[in-house]
Amino acid sequence: MTPAGGAYDAVIIGGGHNGLVCAAMLGRSGKRVVIVEAASKLGGAATSGEFAPGFTVSSCAHILNQLHPKVSRALDLSRHGLKLSTARMGTIALAPGGRHLTFEGALMVNEAVNGAGEVLSQRDLSSLSRLRRRLLRFAGLLHDFQATVPPRLDATSWRDGLGLARLGWAVRRLGRDDMRELLRIAGSNIADVLNDELDSDLLKGAIGLDAVLGTGLGPRSPNSVFTLLYRLSGRVGGVPGALALPEGGMGAVTDAMAAAAKANRVDIRTACPVKSIVVEEDRAVGVELESGEVIRAHAVVSNADAKTTCLDLLGARHLDTGFVRRVKGIRARGTAAKLHLALDGLPRFSGLEARDLGRRLLIAPSLDYVELAFNPCKYGEYSPAPAMEITIPSIHDTSLAPPGKHVLSAVVQYAPYDLKGGWQAAKDGFMDRIMDILSAYAPDLADRVVARELLTPEDLEQRHRLPGGHWHHGELALDQLYMMRPVAGAAQYAAPVPGLYLCGAGSHPGGGVMGAAGMNAAAQVIKGGKQS
Amino acid sequence: MKTYDAIVIGAGHNGLTTAAYLARAGLDVVVVERQPYIGGATASRELYPGFTYSNCSYVCSLMRPEIMRDLELPRHGLQVIPYDGGVTMTRDGGYIAGYRNHDQNRREIARHSVRDAEAYDYFGAEVMRYCRFIKTMLLTTPPDPASFKPRDLFGLLDVARRFHRLGEEWMYDTIRFWTMSCADFLDQFFESDLVKGHKAGSSIIGTALGPYSPGSAYVLLHHYMGEVDGSIGSWGFPRGGMGAIPGALAKSFQAHGGEIRTGSTVEQIIVKGGRAVGVALTGGVEVMGKTVVSNLDAKRTFIESMAASDLPAEFVHRVKNFKIRGSSGKVNIALDGLPDFPAIPAGCPGRAGDMHVSDSMEYLERGYDDWKAGMWSRQPYLDITLPSMTDPTMVPPGKHFMSVFVQYVPPHLADGEWDDAKRAAFGKTVIDKIAEFSPNFKDLILHAEIRTPWDLENEVGLTEGNIFQGELTMDQLMFNRPVPGYAQYRSPVPGLYMCGSSTHPGGGVMGAPGANAAREILRDMRIKT
Repeated sequence: MTPAGGAYDAVIIGGGHNGLVCAAMLGRSGKRVVIVEAASKLGGAATSGEFAPGFTVSSCAHILNQLHPKVSRALDLSRHGLKLSTARMGTIALAPGGRHLTFEGALMVNEAVNGAGEVLSQRDLSSLSRLRRRLLRFAGLLHDFQATVPPRLDATSWRDGLGLARLGWAVRRLGRDDMRELLRIAGSNIADVLNDELDSDLLKGAIGLDAVLGTGLGPRSPNSVFTLLYRLSGRVGGVPGALALPEGGMGAVTDAMAAAAKANRVDIRTACPVKSIVVEEDRAVGVELESGEVIRAHAVVSNADAKTTCLDLLGARHLDTGFVRRVKGIRARGTAAKLHLALDGLPRFSGLEARDLGRRLLIAPSLDYVELAFNPCKYGEYSPAPAMEITIPSIHDTSLAPPGKHVLSAVVQYAPYDLKGGWQAAKDGFMDRIMDILSAYAPDLADRVVARELLTPEDLEQRHRLPGGHWHHGELALDQLYMMRPVAGAAQYAAPVPGLYLCGAGSHPGGGVMGAAGMNAAAQVIKGGKQS
Repeated sequence: MKTYDAIVIGAGHNGLTTAAYLARAGLDVVVVERQPYIGGATASRELYPGFTYSNCSYVCSLMRPEIMRDLELPRHGLQVIPYDGGVTMTRDGGYIAGYRNHDQNRREIARHSVRDAEAYDYFGAEVMRYCRFIKTMLLTTPPDPASFKPRDLFGLLDVARRFHRLGEEWMYDTIRFWTMSCADFLDQFFESDLVKGHKAGSSIIGTALGPYSPGSAYVLLHHYMGEVDGSIGSWGFPRGGMGAIPGALAKSFQAHGGEIRTGSTVEQIIVKGGRAVGVALTGGVEVMGKTVVSNLDAKRTFIESMAASDLPAEFVHRVKNFKIRGSSGKVNIALDGLPDFPAIPAGCPGRAGDMHVSDSMEYLERGYDDWKAGMWSRQPYLDITLPSMTDPTMVPPGKHFMSVFVQYVPPHLADGEWDDAKRAAFGKTVIDKIAEFSPNFKDLILHAEIRTPWDLENEVGLTEGNIFQGELTMDQLMFNRPVPGYAQYRSPVPGLYMCGSSTHPGGGVMGAPGANAAREILRDMRIKT
């Protein structure tokens, strides 16, 4: 199994999308790489799964909007089988009364369609276009830095100094007005920014939901402008902020990545849980599997989160206490649940035609609605009236459901990871609340359901090995970003133990099916190889 | 008509500080004040015979010692008496006390959690470190990061150098501290919810954020960085009430020939030929000056006291978007005697300091949820002090004055605007809450002054009743305060300056905005001090 001449150049723990990207990039540069994945299939949180006979759905992440173009280019993912069933998914902000607000493309990126529903005022239209121009510009800046290794503040090496200078220069280059605005709103909350500029509650609610989706923030929480920028930083086919669905569900993305990895001679071993990272003479030299087998490699790269990697697999004894304290302090407390419904036909949403259902539907009629949904989650309770992001991907991709039938996939917020009293007892009650809310918009939905599945953050943690059920392996908070992600001292993808690297969503720039963390980590592994 | 060198609008502590610095530099300065008394939100008034109230602000710590020295405030009668710690009472009759003495504090925390007592050492050292870093910036003008002027570039370089000097680890920790929530910050150290609730109170005072909101850790620091007589983090009562501070500032100002005109409401700031040249008072009187300095908050200054045509539209837009959110109320009570607090053991100095009833983080955060919903906290955070225990000169013999600071109280209520009935209902919430912890309290009440954000706005002139003249959030600090590009005390109109808490470094009875503004004005006048 091991390559001729002994050890691998790198062993990758975990075959999530970042692990696959990292492996493929290393393979491409001529390294001999092996991926060991605990589950029986690859993909991590970017997989497709059959949750009822004949019904397939993206089991965690369900919209592709952040796959970094550098990643898809470098790995030539389209050649390896990645196809999009739609690359320009529209958005509809649902209104309780049926006067919905429709966007042809992504919210914040495209103009609203002024049809039968809510009509934006002239003032809102012009404010929105001004706000959009600014936010997309800032998001573009973010995009550029997602594919770079964060510098260290110490700046003792010329590379760190250069990295800091680049950051400073990029911000300066925005020009005086935009720079000032960026430095102001970066730490602000989205509710204030939207209330300052816009009038329509429906519009503000929808943008507000986009800002807080997958985070432990409400629209009034400072930091929520940043999370919106993060969401807008993705590009599909060069269009910033656009939303796409992969054909065959999210698993198709990781399938293509795995194909790219294999094409680069990467060995892949599934159902191979790692027991520990082997350390010899203060250096990570390989991994020991649950089976007892040891795989030796010059570099050990972990796609698992920092806590699992450093505390469970490596062991705190190899690290200094300050670092351990920081790792323990990483906040990863998921707040989003995932709902899957198998439907025996297309439901009717009041005020919408069948063709509208191919768009993304948002239940967030106002900022207050979202904020109110957020309140209980702070105290370990679920939202009695949750906000939702709904897609019916089978409209674009008939392979997902039997003919004439459909699947609905929704992100439901807020559902705290550490629910008081535990999820076991509460899950049915939460499901009922969700169905009540959905039925208010789509009265016949409940009758069309033939199977359903609700994944709480606890379920997501168990299924996808996401710490705390958090999409990003750690909150995207200003104090856990960039040179402090996952923690200071490991933000350059190298852990304090030589030979050990981190390549997961817990590292810069974070999660979303982006692949940038894996790509950046690969660059660091290659550089590390040269130095030693 | 006489033309002053400078007119200062508003005799709050910052306005008087600016005025005193300018007069000391030899300028002919007049302060115009709307009320018949001076002090603004740092006033003391006798609303019940024989009792001196500290009507708004009620404790002193932040007042910069440099200013006390420069303006010789002790010589002009200011004496701050430090008090020892405070106490948080719990719903089940327990308590946790705070002391100025670190070891005593540690022992007290150990009663609740041995682990937390251990962590308290690290906590204390860490907070002190952040204090030291920020303290050097309080009396400086924030450099503008978007400017290419040598002064700003050097200023930025200087901040960067001082930051770099912290060392790599501390640089990261400092950035994290500035952006994280109070809850996350305290979670790093403590496990006991009571210990956290006891420490977290300072992170919400005057702020429309909950302790779970990112950015609230900084507000905690804002209340920690003060000092009394060089003892960092300690608080004290000015002898004779908070009004003693503006009193001493006024004396210092008048000793250099300054003039104060009370009962003079400024209707409008007069701009001629693109320059501020004076103020028009109610009743038609005009006062002319080469410089106009406003101690009012940014909205009162630019939106309400100026013609929009005198200002760039973009600037007006930004000032309108400056977040001034009222979130606090105040209840001042004259008492016939000392109330009992059975939870606090005899001999505990806590009852002479800050007494709290918020015994968990969730208690505080739920109070914030009420504010968001447009109502005052049904279970409010209370900061209760009895300054007359430390300073008996405020009250007749045997009587007491109780100051109760209340968080959260919204400036606008969901069920319609404030009125007298709602104010009374709010007062009842507060008094009932205190009575839960003090059985004889209600019987001792002689008089109560109840102040909602509505009253603070109408009487003190604070927009929305915000005690800091603007939220202390990341987007409104340093070079962003009050608006980006105008954080150096100047306005778009030549000759018009800002010196209130809407400017860096923000609110609290600190005097730093006033001193910084004076320095910039003198700089523009090319007067060396």
